[in-house]
Amino acid sequence: MGKGVWPFVMAGLGLALLAWGSTWGLAFAPREAYMGEVQRIMYVHVPTAWNAMLVLTFAFACALVSLLRGGWRWDARLEAAIEAGVVLSGLVCIQGSIWARPTWGVWWDWDPRLTTTAVLLFAFGGILALRQFVDDPVKRAVWSSVAVVIAYVDVPLVYFSVRWWNSLHQLQSTPETVSRAFHWPLRINAFGVLFLLIGLVELRARLAFLRREAESAPPPPVRVAEALGGVR
Amino acid sequence: MSQFVAALRKDLLLQWRTRSQLVAVFVFGASALLLFSFAIGPNAAALREFAGGFLWLALLLASTLALADSFESEMAQHALEGLLLLPADPRALYYGKAVANLLQLTLLGAALVPVMVVLYDAGTARVPALLGIIVLGAAGLSAPGTLYAAMTAQVRARNTLLPLLLFPLVVPALLGAVKATSLLILGDPMGQLGAWTMLLVAFDAIYWSLCGLVFERVVED
Repeated sequence: MGKGVWPFVMAGLGLALLAWGSTWGLAFAPREAYMGEVQRIMYVHVPTAWNAMLVLTFAFACALVSLLRGGWRWDARLEAAIEAGVVLSGLVCIQGSIWARPTWGVWWDWDPRLTTTAVLLFAFGGILALRQFVDDPVKRAVWSSVAVVIAYVDVPLVYFSVRWWNSLHQLQSTPETVSRAFHWPLRINAFGVLFLLIGLVELRARLAFLRREAESAPPPPVRVAEALGGVR
Repeated sequence: MSQFVAALRKDLLLQWRTRSQLVAVFVFGASALLLFSFAIGPNAAALREFAGGFLWLALLLASTLALADSFESEMAQHALEGLLLLPADPRALYYGKAVANLLQLTLLGAALVPVMVVLYDAGTARVPALLGIIVLGAAGLSAPGTLYAAMTAQVRARNTLLPLLLFPLVVPALLGAVKATSLLILGDPMGQLGAWTMLLVAFDAIYWSLCGLVFERVVED
């Protein structure tokens, strides 16, 4: 088995875990007493939310390394992580709305977690747009790293300001404690999403790296890369 | 320090010489305030209640125009590149530009207050406090705004990109400024003004230091 295969194995393993956890959650886990069947969306929603935060944190780490040390590999990982983070945040908002409608009676609630996720979705979506519009690869790498660092620092500020703001109207509680019967499908799916995410981010990063190499094809990229202190 | 003073002087001079631009941005903000009232309808009580939010939305929309303009002249004939080759300290250039933008936005905000008072009947006796909140809120907009304007001035579709990057980022500053302004207008029975002011101060402190640190990387070649 070659070195290039592991992301596929990872993603496959993630999909298998997701199928297992979701089947368990949908068919075998007990019905939740108050919310009924709707609650079963938790088995994808909560793992998605955890992994969204995780991959955005990874993007922040990539941005820091890219700013401090440089190297196209980290820029490629940054691009992959931002994209995955935007997709997962979008999914979290959609799943949250689907769950909120029958439970709270509204599509949207100004819950701090929900609102922070939406703000993150727009902030990182904007950074993806920025990457699209900058033609110079060096500027693209530096600017998007700077923007990611700045946006990530904003996360706690947004969270606490929204919580403060919202507490003046109402405080919406979500069950912090999950009973034992619901544990296992949740855990399995959390790892399922994580493995799928790792596989897909790695594949996407490879694609970004190859694209950049193709972009700078006419002059041999070696000297540019050397000047930037990257690429092994 | 002397470089910062020189940069600030240059930016203030630039703004003074293009003051007709500032008037145009003010008219834009004032007409936004006028339009917001049509969204609510002629309901005096509701208009007064939302006056603080409308003031800050008008200022936010107007600020994207002012911020984008502030780097327009730096890109013409590679002026910024020339300054960096002098060599001028990029940090001095950033803080000069950011402080000039802060002053401009404060002026703009202060000028929009009478319009708000007239249109929404939303006066307050605590004018110095309101002015303080406008300074803090304008600082929250201008620190990241100046940094992002430096990026977006160099790319295609700059008019779309600046608000796209800036709006989600300034949510905490906007929330703090709106709440503090509303409390000043509508009264503050629970004594929450201090907490929102602290949020604004924290936001300003973080972004005034962080953006100054990374600006060098944004403009380097």
